[in-house]
Amino acid sequence: MSDHSHSIVEHQFDDMAQQKETTTLAMWAFLLTEVLFFGGLFGAYTMLRHRFPEAFAVASNSLDLTLGAVNTAVLIGSSLTMALAVHAAQTNKRKQIILFLVLTIALGSVFLGIKAVEYSHKFHEHHVPGASFSFTEVPDWVDPATLSYNVENATQMFFSLYFAMTGLHALHMIVGVGIMLVMIWMAYKNRFSEHYYGPVEISGLYWHFVDIVWIFLFPLLYLLGRHFGGGH
Amino acid sequence: MSDHVVSLKVYVGIFLALMVLTAVTVWAAYLDLEGPLNTVVALSIAIFKATLVILLALLMADYISRPWQVLGQGW
Repeated sequence: MSDHSHSIVEHQFDDMAQQKETTTLAMWAFLLTEVLFFGGLFGAYTMLRHRFPEAFAVASNSLDLTLGAVNTAVLIGSSLTMALAVHAAQTNKRKQIILFLVLTIALGSVFLGIKAVEYSHKFHEHHVPGASFSFTEVPDWVDPATLSYNVENATQMFFSLYFAMTGLHALHMIVGVGIMLVMIWMAYKNRFSEHYYGPVEISGLYWHFVDIVWIFLFPLLYLLGRHFGGGH
Repeated sequence: MSDHVVSLKVYVGIFLALMVLTAVTVWAAYLDLEGPLNTVVALSIAIFKATLVILLALLMADYISRPWQVLGQGW
């Protein structure tokens, strides 16, 4: 182990390998608690969708599928640039680390921007749960008389989950952008080498996790229900 | 700690597979399948996509290529 790499081993660790194992395991443990965190919302979604399937379908169909799909692609692209940033760190290419982290932040920002546009549409349509909520776009294939519940009220539950889940996800994206800014700063200060790139790697794990959450949110919130009422 | 570096082609391949699967899941959502089958298809594709992203994360690190160690060794 070179002197350079030895100097960045925190005093509680024997060596670099032990430090890297420990920090990586810690990130995996944190991500498991994140699964529990999001899991509660996914559980609520499952229960309520099972109880109010028609309302969830019509409310889901009111979301902008194009924007949702574009955002999915944008986020997948950011996972690629993140992986390339880690690759650059492992091969000690400082300029490339910075370039790919900047691209990751740029794609993350595009995602958040599109999300803001979607939220804005929902505010204008009065689809935000609360006192001014109203959902009048109930299509013909839903006959309120045959349902045991009020469709408008139940769509409000879908939108509550929509804002809670995508909001929590967006919060994680914002935190991720902050983490990447710190990584860019560390790369700029030449902190990383082929012997020391753990911070970039575990930041990458976090970013991929946030991508995975969206991979599940996208079909659950945007897609399920599209086939009702003759499709398009 | 091995200096494990995966070919860039693998990353791009996984990225392209994820993009194709996104298109497939949107297309499949409009098919009127029997009963809960739409949900099953959508979630199966999501699980497959999540697996690919995890693979991306695992390849990034050296989890797959490094040798297995016996726990407790050297304690």
